Amino acid sequence: MNALKGFSAPIVAGVVLFGLWQGVLSLFNPDGFVLPAPSEIVGALIDNWDEVYQGARITGFVVVSGLIAGIILGIIAALLVTRFRTANETITPLAVAVNAIPIIALAPIFNNWFGLTSPRSNQAIVVALVFFPIFINTTRGLTQVDRSQIELMESYAASRSRITREVRIPNAMPFFFTALKLSTSLAVIAAIVAEYFGGRQDALGPMITQSAGLTRYDEAWAAVLAGTLIGAVLYFAVLVLERVAMPWNSLIRAQGDDQ
Amino acid sequence: MNAIDIRGATKVFNPGKSNQVEALAEIDLAVEPGEFITLIGPSGCGKSTLLRLIASLISPSTGTVQVNAKPAEQARLDRDYGMAFQTAGLFDWRTVTKNIELPLELMGWSKGNRRRRAAEMLELVKLSDFSKHHPSELSGGMQQRVAIARALAFSPSLLLMDEPFGALDEMTREHMQDELLRIWKETGTTVVFVTHSIPEAVYLSTRVVVMSPRPGTIASTIGVGLGDRSAATRDDPAFFRKVTEVRTALRKVEE
Repeated sequence: MNALKGFSAPIVAGVVLFGLWQGVLSLFNPDGFVLPAPSEIVGALIDNWDEVYQGARITGFVVVSGLIAGIILGIIAALLVTRFRTANETITPLAVAVNAIPIIALAPIFNNWFGLTSPRSNQAIVVALVFFPIFINTTRGLTQVDRSQIELMESYAASRSRITREVRIPNAMPFFFTALKLSTSLAVIAAIVAEYFGGRQDALGPMITQSAGLTRYDEAWAAVLAGTLIGAVLYFAVLVLERVAMPWNSLIRAQGDDQ
Repeated sequence: MNAIDIRGATKVFNPGKSNQVEALAEIDLAVEPGEFITLIGPSGCGKSTLLRLIASLISPSTGTVQVNAKPAEQARLDRDYGMAFQTAGLFDWRTVTKNIELPLELMGWSKGNRRRRAAEMLELVKLSDFSKHHPSELSGGMQQRVAIARALAFSPSLLLMDEPFGALDEMTREHMQDELLRIWKETGTTVVFVTHSIPEAVYLSTRVVVMSPRPGTIASTIGVGLGDRSAATRDDPAFFRKVTEVRTALRKVEE
């Protein structure tokens, strides 16, 4: 029941918003070509279900595979720079410099590298975009540790890897999940924008550009809706994962609410 | 055999650099088993540095530090001492019981033995009802009691405490002092306790070590000898005379 309580307010707000959207459009914009009404978008989704579903599967695969690869690389890099000073001195400045590149702008170049119709280039964009927030935040979590906790472990003659396992990694978890939540929406944006420039032509990105080009805006919006759902499902999955991985954290939050 | 033997220990941080700090100069200190020693002095007098030398968390620039008749480093590796800090330093991701079990896990105790010992320690600090709680659910004083239980869990012969009650309110603090004295008497542990509260130092210790700053040296050592403490001790004229004696020594140091 408590879990539902948190969701009821946004659901009400959502229903009101879509009601207003539908109502205002039916009053002032009967042609519906600037912005289709929610009913038209849902209609287009149902009419084009097979194409949209196929597109969502392809884009969804790009997003999820890119996310996972980006997370793994980000965590490995974070562990390396925390453990080895030379790794820190070489990887960190490099990462900061590379991060200054507007990665999405590389999409056409990546297409050239991986082939115009290969989803690899889209995956690579997602990986590159996800890597940095994960790497930077996880590193911060691994290093910003209560000094007395480290001294305590040293006083027990604990090994370095034991300190990493017992102190640094649990300490980094909230940082990691903050970055992960940021990354899920970034990953969907990255995948769809990358698909505008190449990759498989039955993905959501091409569907949006082609439908909009043919002034079939309701179909374009249906594809956007599918992308939104991918992002929402992923975000929710991360929330669940966070609860499972850090049961103590929700305790801290609940405590904060009481005071 | 002395519990702690420090001979001519000095500590210079960042030697040879522009931010070089001479933290400790020529410290000699011997502590007998079962003593309760407090280190007191103005901030920057190196009392925490001295405690970390004993704990072998840092090493002396010159001189020697021995704990239980062996080099401090060896004593640390042998887990001869328990330690408690100003911040309780508990792990949020572990329950109260699991926090107390941490040093025992590192020493390879079996699960059953760990559970049993953690329960005993919780009994000792009177927190048995909170074994399954997480630290964030406890008050500051309770967290500090868990930290003390953790420090004592493996029955170290030496307990090193760095202003453990510094962040507590006066009432909780006095209560914790009585708890600590009770535990000290029950376990016979040697205690080295850093504080900057004069009444706390006098109330707790058998000996007060007064330190002077920049660089840190031992200015004087004052034996307390008030016998068993109780609530009445805090109102005892003899207690106040000792407080005045320590205060006078500290004033001299400040000049």
